[in-house]
Amino acid sequence: MSMKVSTRQVDGVTVLDLSGRITLGEGSVTLRDAVRDVLSKGSRNILLNLGDISYIDSSGIGELVSAFTSVKNAGGELKLLNLTKKVHDLLQITKLYTVFDIKDDEAKAISSFA
Amino acid sequence: MTVPSTLESVNALERAAEEFAARSGFDEDTAPNIAMAVREAAINAVMHGNAYAESKTVTASFESTSDSLVIRIADQGPGLDPSTIPDPLAPENILRGSGRGIFLIRAFMDEVHFRQLHPGTELTLIKHRTPAQPSA
Repeated sequence: MSMKVSTRQVDGVTVLDLSGRITLGEGSVTLRDAVRDVLSKGSRNILLNLGDISYIDSSGIGELVSAFTSVKNAGGELKLLNLTKKVHDLLQITKLYTVFDIKDDEAKAISSFA
Repeated sequence: MTVPSTLESVNALERAAEEFAARSGFDEDTAPNIAMAVREAAINAVMHGNAYAESKTVTASFESTSDSLVIRIADQGPGLDPSTIPDPLAPENILRGSGRGIFLIRAFMDEVHFRQLHPGTELTLIKHRTPAQPSA
């Protein structure tokens, strides 16, 4: 299953609800395009809801890191919400768990943006 | 099995590995991790080894022994020296957008061996059985 993205605005934060697989090829490209689109529209606070992401590979992990860096370089913040156990474990293994700001409650995540 | 250097082949090898690992008696937590290691090895073979060349193929074999699962994946590329792969956990690399594939393979498998084929590279991925995962 390829990745799907839906976008919504909550109190000045752009929430991207992702579902499916973030893998080499379509999934990674879809995520990259979605983040670029948000930045191009002037939004700088992005919350990636990964609750329905069933699978992620090294390319997908790299894409999350690239998205984090792109948003930071644009003066914004990118945070992660609702990690599945699989994604959580992968971010632990790759020592990225401490790089990302990771939330498990959407309301608290929204209010955490500056 | 021999497959072309495409993303579809990566997905096919991943599925084949998960089915083979499950049939070989590995549990529902371990089989997906084996499949992920195979996916990463296949990505290396297709993308970095063969560079998506139509003229080059990827060869994979799956073997279940009494104490291990042994998977070999070979490409026809210029060869990969594992000593040249940067450590993705090093502070200077942690925010790189790539370079975690071999690291994940090593994280999920018990042994990973590289063999130069001139041309090409063969990766041998080995997962040992635990007492809870007897040979199927």
